Amino acid sequence: MTSTPDSAAPDAAPGSGPIVSVRDLERTYRGGVHALRGVSLDVPRGGRFGIVGESGSGKSTLVRLLAALDRPTAGTVTFEGQRIDDRRESDLGFLRRRLQIVFQDPMGSLDPRMRVRDIISEPLGRTRDRDERVAELLDAVGLPSDAGAQYPHRFSGGQRQRISIARALAPRPDVLIADEAVSALDVLVRKQILDLLTRLVDEYALTLVFVSHDLGVVRKMCDEVAVMRRGEVVEHGPVDEVYDAPRHDYTRELIAAAPTLHGALRAPAGSATSEASAAGPESSEPEPPPEG
Amino acid sequence: MTERDRPQGHLGGVDRALPRGARPSGWRRETGGSPESSLDQAPPPDRDHDDLLAVDGLRITHGDVALVDDVSFRIAPGERVGLIGASGSGKSLTASAIMGLLPDGLSAAGSVTLRGRELVGASERELSRLRGKDLGMVFQEPMTALNPAMRVGRQVAEALTVHGTARRRATARARELLDRVGLPERTARAYPHELSGGQRQRVLLTIALANDPALLICDEPTTALDVTVQAQVLDLVAEGVRDRGSALLFITHDLAVIASVCERVLVCRDGRIVEEGPVETVLSAPEHDYTRRLVEAAL
Amino acid sequence: MRGNLVVGGALVGLVVVTALVSLLWTPLDPQAVDASVRLLGPTSQHLLGTDKFGRDVFSQLMVGAQTTLYVGIVAVGLAAVAGVPLGVLAAMGPRWLGELVMRTSDLVLAFPALLLAIMLAAVYGASTLTAMIAIGVATVPAFARVARAGALQVLSREYTLAARAGGRSRWWIAWRHVLPNISGMVVVQSSVSFAMAVLAEAALSFLGFGTAPPTPSWGRMLQESQELLAVDARLALVPGLAIAAVVLGFNLLGDGLRDHFDPRLEARR
Repeated sequence: MTSTPDSAAPDAAPGSGPIVSVRDLERTYRGGVHALRGVSLDVPRGGRFGIVGESGSGKSTLVRLLAALDRPTAGTVTFEGQRIDDRRESDLGFLRRRLQIVFQDPMGSLDPRMRVRDIISEPLGRTRDRDERVAELLDAVGLPSDAGAQYPHRFSGGQRQRISIARALAPRPDVLIADEAVSALDVLVRKQILDLLTRLVDEYALTLVFVSHDLGVVRKMCDEVAVMRRGEVVEHGPVDEVYDAPRHDYTRELIAAAPTLHGALRAPAGSATSEASAAGPESSEPEPPPEG
Repeated sequence: MTERDRPQGHLGGVDRALPRGARPSGWRRETGGSPESSLDQAPPPDRDHDDLLAVDGLRITHGDVALVDDVSFRIAPGERVGLIGASGSGKSLTASAIMGLLPDGLSAAGSVTLRGRELVGASERELSRLRGKDLGMVFQEPMTALNPAMRVGRQVAEALTVHGTARRRATARARELLDRVGLPERTARAYPHELSGGQRQRVLLTIALANDPALLICDEPTTALDVTVQAQVLDLVAEGVRDRGSALLFITHDLAVIASVCERVLVCRDGRIVEEGPVETVLSAPEHDYTRRLVEAAL
Repeated sequence: MRGNLVVGGALVGLVVVTALVSLLWTPLDPQAVDASVRLLGPTSQHLLGTDKFGRDVFSQLMVGAQTTLYVGIVAVGLAAVAGVPLGVLAAMGPRWLGELVMRTSDLVLAFPALLLAIMLAAVYGASTLTAMIAIGVATVPAFARVARAGALQVLSREYTLAARAGGRSRWWIAWRHVLPNISGMVVVQSSVSFAMAVLAEAALSFLGFGTAPPTPSWGRMLQESQELLAVDARLALVPGLAIAAVVLGFNLLGDGLRDHFDPRLEARR
């Protein structure tokens, strides 16, 4: 997929082909940090697209570029065939309604001084049926209807993430980007939020871009995955193929390193991870470049 | 204590349906022993002599609110014990109480003994003699646990000189110890900000193990790390305690991590221990409903 | 922790009440000169005695509280109204604008406020107004810095990113996210700046570049007591203590508010 010719993307008519398309994307930060070094990928309409990478892989930078919250140094981002990487904020109105993000930090992604109903209706702009829409969204994410009048600090991490999801769904988007949306949550809460996301993606026929460092979660959520490392996509394909028959060394290393309960229970205690560290020499740990 | 262990206001109370402190019918206990024999219901060993650490009826309160209630467990010398639970379950507080590092406003009652010596209510002087010598601890956040203005080598050496090693010997030993966790020689002269998260966590592990403690406590040491780095750090923890014959109390919410590092597991929920037993037994055939849900949610 | 807020609030409250009462009533006319009662000690009629012109010190002190608060409010208000938007602009606008604002504020900081006041007084004549403007201008950088630091912190939070992803404009983000979240810092800064403004006004009046006679001002009361320091220290002590009390009050209030707004304590509130 990464080798799709450049001409294919811009011709794609709405309703067919990839909904989001990225070509040769580069982003270099001040000080010469290469966060992205030529990334190309297509997110199919209605697909569940996973992006896996460790810190410094450039996945957060990629998310910002996909959402036109930052400008690339080189390369293009298209949304339904329309270039979005070179537009001014005032020309991005359509994207702001159709693509939404759920962020990682359940504390930092909600303004502590805004009531939940104001947070959720933030992307809505001026509408008459604001209250009804908020009630509808609270219900959709499984929060009580009186939650709207509260401030975020009254809620637990999982509930805050539900608020974030409600906000993202407010403008009825087509694409939902989940940027490490469950990484800060406990296992049980994580499961609830993942189940909720799965349900909502089905119900609203959303295209999901699921970004995570956690391979297990991506495998559970996605049907296609791109593995990123140091600003590049090293491997890309259907989830099962990538996980069961990884072609790139780094993918193999990642899979070996990620502890799974069943894998760990099979191996004797204290040795389950040695396989992983054998794959990566200990002293070669990369210095992660700062992100964002 | 980490931020996540502070009491939080809940609106929904998603997972509070079960009776508090409901204990499983088969109260499994297994100290030491090889994994092969762990399925046998071994009788509890003579605790008073065998135990390195004994926690009895530990209760941690904030005003009138009990954050940890009636927690009891034992750790034998050299045993690797995992403590799992969600945030706010009191697992980190339990570790802090053992170290005598409870934050202001919290108080501990009950008994925590290390080799028969009572730690609850012990003087700060007494505790500081134990900390870093008999008790080592690795915290979750590798960024803030090191002094940003001091070279790494000196911070490791200081862990030794505090407990009586001569300065020159300590400096040499610090380099040796850093080498043992796979850090290059120049690390000793580096400042913490020049290191990656994984390297910092290795430094913290080195400091915690510098005096060959009888018990190493790790509080979510790999939560902030990448998977590949996590695997390396976990190996070093396992290796570090094995080489020194130290016991390990490993706190995490990640069952897979517990399963790969520990022999025995304690399941903590709402400030109580709801299930306890060998890792293989508890995680492959959980008895308590809460444990079962944790296992189901694991990937 | 609470103590700072309570003691600071009480001291400040006392000054505010005094100033308000003095608008309606003072025991005697603070400006009435009476040669027959010069330099009296405390009596039942003159609670704090009289000065070298026979004016009632207690009445002067009460009216002086007005001047003090007036100067503080206007100077700090001016500084906040100019400084906060500048700081937010410096954080949210283009890079060059931020640099410009910050370098200019460095320049203002390096320029002695006293010199500015003297220059203004030389051009426009010494008055309470020139003192207030000089103090206000000199305090703008403090607010600009605090606002910029606070705004940068808020902008690093994901909720501002979420607002952008929701199609909200910079102005909306500044108004709905940045300002409410830095308001705590601004209040703290106001309280601390208020204390400094009070001191600055006293100093300016003491030097004769501030409030012009016959309007009572604590700074000028101090100045007039100067030559009589050896004869009657009371005349210096009374306004001196008043200044100390109000400065202490605002500083304590500032500390107390800082604790109150500390995000780490947010969960407990």
